Formats: sequence, structure tokens, C-alpha cells
Amino acid sequence: MPQIVKNALENSPLILFLAALVAAPFVISNQYVLQIMIFIGIYVILAQSLNLLNGYIGLIAIGHAGFYGIGAYTSAMLTVDMGAPFEVAFLAAGLVAGAFGWALGRPTLRLEGIYLALATLGFNIIVWLVLLNWNGFTGGPLGIKDIPRPSVFGWEVDTRIENYFFVLAVVAVVVFTMARLVNSRFGRALVAIREDQLAAAAMGVNVTRYKVQAFVISAFYAGIAGACYAHSVRYISPDSFTMLESFILLAILALGGSGNMIGPIVGAAILIAIPELFRAVSEYRMLLYGLVLIIVMQVRPQGLFGGHHYDLRLRLFDRRQRKAYRGDVFLPPEAM
Amino acid sequence: MLELNDVNTWYGSVHALRGVSLSVGEGEIVALLGGNACGKSTTMKSILGWVKPRSGDIVFRGERLIGKRPSQIVDAGIAPVLERRRMFPQLTVRENLMMGAWRRRDSKGIAEDIAKMAEIFPVTASRAGQAAGTLSGGEQQMVAMARALMARPKLLIMDEPSMGLSPKYVRTIFDLIVNLNQSEGLSILLVEQNANVALSIASRGYVLQTGVVVIADRAAALLENPLMQKAYLGIA
Repeated sequence: MPQIVKNALENSPLILFLAALVAAPFVISNQYVLQIMIFIGIYVILAQSLNLLNGYIGLIAIGHAGFYGIGAYTSAMLTVDMGAPFEVAFLAAGLVAGAFGWALGRPTLRLEGIYLALATLGFNIIVWLVLLNWNGFTGGPLGIKDIPRPSVFGWEVDTRIENYFFVLAVVAVVVFTMARLVNSRFGRALVAIREDQLAAAAMGVNVTRYKVQAFVISAFYAGIAGACYAHSVRYISPDSFTMLESFILLAILALGGSGNMIGPIVGAAILIAIPELFRAVSEYRMLLYGLVLIIVMQVRPQGLFGGHHYDLRLRLFDRRQRKAYRGDVFLPPEAM
Repeated sequence: MLELNDVNTWYGSVHALRGVSLSVGEGEIVALLGGNACGKSTTMKSILGWVKPRSGDIVFRGERLIGKRPSQIVDAGIAPVLERRRMFPQLTVRENLMMGAWRRRDSKGIAEDIAKMAEIFPVTASRAGQAAGTLSGGEQQMVAMARALMARPKLLIMDEPSMGLSPKYVRTIFDLIVNLNQSEGLSILLVEQNANVALSIASRGYVLQTGVVVIADRAAALLENPLMQKAYLGIA
């Protein structure tokens, strides 16, 4: 059997899943459901972005909506105020967020644990306050409206179905590049740092450099998610990028499980869908949301897909792919 | 091959190493002994570039080490076996070995060395695909040694290899250390609290007390030294 066929068979669940996602908008005619699927896509990007930090390198960042907001505002302001082409604005959203990631990461990544968490939280609050109060520059609390729809190299993304496919394509690129990244030498360094920073340094891994790089890459992806949001919803205001948003991302990782590629996807799908599914019992739906989280934390504290044995393998594209991590035992460092 | 000359290391206002001088010769096993908080670990950290001494000289094969980054010191040929083994618990044994070879880019040589480690430390082969955190303490010590050797060091610094191991395993580990020293000509700096075992294989030893080298002598002489017998060897 040729290798490509073997790989295809091995990846058949993944391929079927992708096929279902492509077919979905033709089966689902409900625009509202489609819109929610677009949101899920955006949150998948955000969760993957945060997963690189919280899951792979083990840095606790709790202000990720800051980068998300910077990306959204960059892309919106470039297209609305300056008339920049969408492709340029889209990429700039990632780059500007990445630059902020570098500026925040350089001085703060020497901090550990709770101190780093507080620094990122503070960053999130600062970004939100600046967006809210710098009226002349960001539009203040009124936000930015009439953001143009995406138009990618001549493809005008006008309808909701097209919007769905646009976001799906971005998600696919993000997940694919992220999977390649975490399975590379770079990814091994991140996991080693998470597992034992001192031991990694002793092997000659430049810990600070990898932390800063992971931070910048993560911020870049969050910025891209922001651009997707701005051009899909076509209206942004500072309230979309508050701490609450950051906490939803953390909840997604807690629910889905971090440190692998599938957990963030599952977590995003569930946590974004739940409030919508229970709209009928509107007053109680946030209660249900909390209840789901509590139950999962009780039953599976590592999240639904916590651990490494669910790692998404992209053998179809990479023959030299290493075997995924086989370890399925969780031992806290102090038990060693 | 390794020479420390009048090294002074400070942690803020704490003077942790006070003019420490010691040397490790080519192919030699040297023991660095002392109780808790005597400066053993600080000496090791100073050599490895984790803390920067304020004054003094550390020279390894003609190269000054002070001011170099930890990764450059690994490149120079010094690899540590860390205290309490410090596995990457969720990585497999094989991946742990791969991390030891982090600074190397010769994938062929790395594969050869993994095969070699399987001969010296059979557990690295029989448990290759298992998460390192699930191994017993003794097995982890084997993996920790193999991981350090993956860097192809010329000098191995071992921090408390006997810690938390049963006497039987301590013997096994120390026999392996002697074997490595004899078959590979590997120089070893043994940082130990367990003076009896350490001096049984070392040729020379240094005793640290509150950051000062108080005794430096051949191992046989140290075993006879009345002060040593009283303070460290448990002989009244």
C-alpha cells in the first residue's frame, strides 16, 4: 500500500471531520447556527494560541484577550481609517500583537507562576483601558463600526457561508502550523521547559529565549484571531476584549485539556456552544455553564482531552513525524 | 583539566563560596564532600554557569568559564547529573536522552549513542517508550546518567547520585561510575554527602565547610583522617 494511502487511512477520523466541517454550511441553513460556528472557529484559534503558553511551555498567561484586542483594533483601524487592503491589515494584526508580545515578554518572562500571571492580567487591563479612553485614536467606548468584510486576493467574502469558509481556512492553517511547531525541535524545547526548567537549562536549552519566542508566536496567533473577529462581526468595541474574555479562554483550556492539539478545539466548541444551546432557559444558562465546568473539574481535572496520547498527528503531511508522547501518567513534580 | 582558583560566589549579601580552589585531573574521579549548606551545590552551580562568581578563576581545558552561558559550558564538555535526578517526567525515557543531546546536531552520532546507552544502562532500552516519571528512583538515576552522557561530556559532575536510593542501588550506580571512568576515560566530579561511598571510588577528595575548603587530600588519607572519621564517616 502506498504511504500516502496508509497515512490517509490512519488519519481517516481527521479527514472525515474536516469533510463534515466543509459540508456543514450546505446542510445547516440556519444563519444563526452558522454564526456560532464562526465564533467557535475564532475561539479555536485563540485557545490554540493560549495553549502554546499554558499547555506546552507551562507559562500561566491570563490576559490573552489583550493580544486579541490589539489584533482586532489593528486590523479594523488599518482598513477603516487608512483604507489598507484586507490582506495587509490581517497580517499586520498578527505582527503588531506579536510585537506587543515581545515588549511584554522581554521584561516579564523572568517572572514565574503567579507573578507572570499578574503581569499578563495587568497588560489585559491596560489594553482595555487604552481602547476605552483614547477616544481620538481608538474611537473610545463607541468602538469601530462598518469594518469591511474580508477580501482575500480577489475573493470577496460577502455572505455568511463565505465568512464561515474564510474562518475555517484560517483555523486550518493555524492548527496545521501549530501542530508542526509543537512537534518540532522547538516544541520539544517548550515541553522540556514545562517539565523541568532547571533540567532543560542544564542540557543547554536557552530557557528565556524560548519563552520569549513562544510568547511572541502566541501573541501573533491571538492577533490573527482578533482580525478574524473584527472582519466577521464588522463592529468592535473595547468590551469584547476584557478580562472576562481571557477567563473564557482559560476555561476552554481547563475544560478541553491543554498540552495537546485536540483539547483546545473540543473545549472551544463546547464552551461557546453551551450558552447558545441553553438560550431557552436564558436566566439559568450561565449557571449551567458553571455547572459543566465544576463537574468536569471533579471528574476529569486534567480536562476532557488532558494528556498527550490524544495528540493530533499529521502524518499525512510529515512522514518523519515522531511518535506522539506515550506518557499517560500525571505526576506532580513534587512526587518525583 | 578543571581548575578552580580562589573562587568567591555571593548570593546577594551572602558569601557562599570563600576562596574555593580545587582541581580535577584528566580521567580522575574527585569527591567534593560536606554537609548541608556547605557550598557543594554552589560550587557546582558556579562551574556550570548558573551563578556567576564575583572573583576567582574557573578554567576548563585552557578555557575560562566564568561569564559563559550554561549552554556554552555544555558545549565546552561539562555535563551535570542533577540532584534528585530531575527527569522530564512526562517525556519518554528516549526523549529524555534526546534532550541530553540538545546541543548536538549530528543525528547519526546521537542514534549511535542511544544504542550505546542501551548497553551500559539496559533500562534506557527496556523502558524507552515509557514516561520517565513512572520509573523507580534507581531507574531514574540510570536515565539521568545516560542523559548527561548523551552530551558527550569530558567531565561529568554528579550531584548526590546516592540520594534517596537503597544501598544496593547505590552500589550499582557507583560501580557504573567506576566503569565509565575506566572504559571511557571520563573525568568525574562527585558531589556527595555520603563520604564513605564517594571515597571508596574517588582518588582524591575535598571537604567543604561553610564555603571554605577545610581538607584536601588523597581519598585513602581522608578515610584515615580523624576529623573526617568523626564528622563525616560516622566512625567514633
